[in-house]
Amino acid sequence: MDQRGPQPEDRHGHGEPGGGDEHERRVANDERAVRRAIHRQAASITAAVAPFGVVFGAAAATAGLSLLQAVGYSVLVFGGSSQFAAVEILGDGGSAASAAVAGLLLNVRSLAFGIIMAPALAGSVWRRAAMSQLMIDESTAVGSAQADARWRRYGYLVAGLGVFVVWNLTTVVGHVAFSGAGDLIDDLGLDAAGPAAFLALLWPRLASAAQRRTALAGAVIALALVPVSPPGVPILAAMAGVLFAGVQRGGRP
Amino acid sequence: MSDATIVLIVLAAGTYLFKSAAPLVLGARPLPVRIGRLVELLPAALLAALAVVSTLADGSSIVVDARLAGLVAAGVALWRHAPFVVVIVVAAAATALVRLAS
Repeated sequence: MDQRGPQPEDRHGHGEPGGGDEHERRVANDERAVRRAIHRQAASITAAVAPFGVVFGAAAATAGLSLLQAVGYSVLVFGGSSQFAAVEILGDGGSAASAAVAGLLLNVRSLAFGIIMAPALAGSVWRRAAMSQLMIDESTAVGSAQADARWRRYGYLVAGLGVFVVWNLTTVVGHVAFSGAGDLIDDLGLDAAGPAAFLALLWPRLASAAQRRTALAGAVIALALVPVSPPGVPILAAMAGVLFAGVQRGGRP
Repeated sequence: MSDATIVLIVLAAGTYLFKSAAPLVLGARPLPVRIGRLVELLPAALLAALAVVSTLADGSSIVVDARLAGLVAAGVALWRHAPFVVVIVVAAAATALVRLAS
């Protein structure tokens, strides 16, 4: 699906009669450039996820989960931090209720991701229902970094599917083979890859003053809540950062 | 049924409700302009929050460790217009080096 070659005409059927050739070619080049940029973002963020999949698989094995259960988490829950939390609580002998609640609290933020991505995820109910399973940090980050609805949806799907496949494969690898993957992540500094990717996707937005104020407010709110709320809630509460954007009359922020 | 399977079912169902609520209820219909403008700002708040929380939080405490060096290095790389992949590699390398040195 990556390199379909120069055939974007099928999506752009608005060539004016005469003189459209040059225009078409430019559109085709732009399209390829955007698509390549999205593939690069998705590939980097997917690669960054892989070691954590291995660690999750290993943690699940340590906590006594079968391979089927571990993969069940990665396919059906598909939310990294919540999977870790639930499995670790179970492994420490915590109750099923506390494991489920901790995991759910971590995933409340998917509500916010859904609000951001919904306008771009057009399609039938079934299609939207299927696309929703890919609603995670990485897919929302790549999707929402794109300029218009079509590319947002494309970025969301490419990053979401990429992470889905890699996350599940690495879960299996971790469950079957590894236990020292946590050390490897530390040694190679791979735990900095996620934060760096989020910052890189945020970066172009910082050119606008309203976006800068929003980003700063979101970061401050989230950090302030880390010590006093369950994990997962700070990210959700950061949404309130938009209230600090400042009112802009006329023109887009 | 084992605890792990019960948690799996509850967590998967609840998480899917969170994920799908907006796409299924709101659909792709355009939002009112005022709300649309706020939603256009949401990613900035969320990306910033994800970046700082994944850098500085460890469970419920704030921890300054080698990850911060990675984020700062990423910021410098972005400021120098480095490509996305380079930003990620630079961040990981900076974090690894700081860990190695300490």
